Amino acid sequence: MQTSYSSSRILLPVRPWFIGCSLLLALLLNFLPTSVWPGVPDWLALVIVFWSVREPRLVGMGLAFLLGLAMDVADASLLGQHALAYVLAAYGGAALSRRILWFPLGQQALQVFPLLLLVQLVQFTVWAMVGADLPGMAYFLGPFLATFLWPLLTLILLLPQHQPVDRDENRPL
Amino acid sequence: MDEQPPPFFKRGPAPLALLSFYVALALALLVVDARFQTLEVLRQALSMFTHPVQSLAHLPAQFLDNARSYFASAARLQTESAELQRGRLEHAAMLQRSQHVEAENERLRKLLGVKERQQVSGQVARILYSARDPYARRVIVDKGQQDRVIAGQPVVDDIGIVGQVTRVFPFVAEVTLITDKEQAVPVQVVRTGMRSVVFGLGNGELELRFMPLNADIRSGDVLVTSGLDGIFPAGFPVAKVVHIASDTTYTFAQIRCAPVAGVEHFSEVMILDPRPPVALPEELAEEVAGKNAATSPKGTRAKKKRPKKD
Repeated sequence: MQTSYSSSRILLPVRPWFIGCSLLLALLLNFLPTSVWPGVPDWLALVIVFWSVREPRLVGMGLAFLLGLAMDVADASLLGQHALAYVLAAYGGAALSRRILWFPLGQQALQVFPLLLLVQLVQFTVWAMVGADLPGMAYFLGPFLATFLWPLLTLILLLPQHQPVDRDENRPL
Repeated sequence: MDEQPPPFFKRGPAPLALLSFYVALALALLVVDARFQTLEVLRQALSMFTHPVQSLAHLPAQFLDNARSYFASAARLQTESAELQRGRLEHAAMLQRSQHVEAENERLRKLLGVKERQQVSGQVARILYSARDPYARRVIVDKGQQDRVIAGQPVVDDIGIVGQVTRVFPFVAEVTLITDKEQAVPVQVVRTGMRSVVFGLGNGELELRFMPLNADIRSGDVLVTSGLDGIFPAGFPVAKVVHIASDTTYTFAQIRCAPVAGVEHFSEVMILDPRPPVALPEELAEEVAGKNAATSPKGTRAKKKRPKKD
């Protein structure tokens, strides 16, 4: 139950199954054939960062690690490549959680951007160390788009936590 | 000594400790996977979870594909069918002839005392999707351990060599295309019979490396598999030479080739059965057997496995 600058409304506690579903959906989105297009954001990284900012005690590095391994297997990349990137992103999200939530949504997105860029950079580094070809700049387009999606994502993922607005005349609070 | 206050809320290990643990674990996995290739079991176990999600994710694309083929105009289908019919007839004549020639070839080879070439057979597989990794030239096909696919099997399409199976999962297998940076195919130039090895470049092209500047290679030369590796059957088209740059500052000529098969665009391929290993000559076999007894066999990736002769 954290309030943010822009909205002082008190949120309901999050339901763990909703977190699970959103992560699974993000994994599914990542597996879609569209993910080879340039500029398609890494949905899973975005959702992991979102939950580690919002609920650092529910979604931690362990979950990020496991999801990263799943991505590695599906991608046929080196085992641990996504896992490393996601763990670092989850840690960053949790560490900056208090600070990020203090800002309005637009500025939150700006602070999330470096974390998403980190995810791409880590994978880039891993590949550079293994000695693979480096991809074009289009590879770094994903985090930019993901940054723009942050406010929308916040809106959607927080929907189930919004309280119904029925005011009780007798109890103003 | 100052006493720490008792923790009010249990929050597990410190975040930094956890972070270093996971980062160390990920790095260890990376190094082990890159250097030793011993994590295939873990990969296969994890794929039991990811495979259903992946096939679910590819349902919409498949649906669209099916819909498109469903709505393909009847006229086009008719012409296509007529064309196929004609092609089949044309090929039938060629096939009969080739069967005849093959039988004759076999007889002659027997006469000459040369070992017969082995028959080529395999199973057809459908390409499901290409690996999401922007750096890799790999595709996933719908045949796996269930269909007795093993790592190392060559993969061809109707024109030539496509790649090689490098990883096998319970229901799918991963095929590394010949254009992948880590794939090499031993080839032979059809015109001159010169043998060499062609390497993938990772950008859809191939390169014939280590050819001297004065090598007899021309633009347009066709390269076929030489079959020397014991993996790819001999005589399959691999690539065509498209560009030769003989710069005298380099020791070797730079020869670019384009793959013959539809390596980057196809939907169905054939996984050829692994070639039966050729037995080594007596004295070599003994030597190898002695070596194998001294040092334990290593490597799970089936690259060049020569069985010792009993």
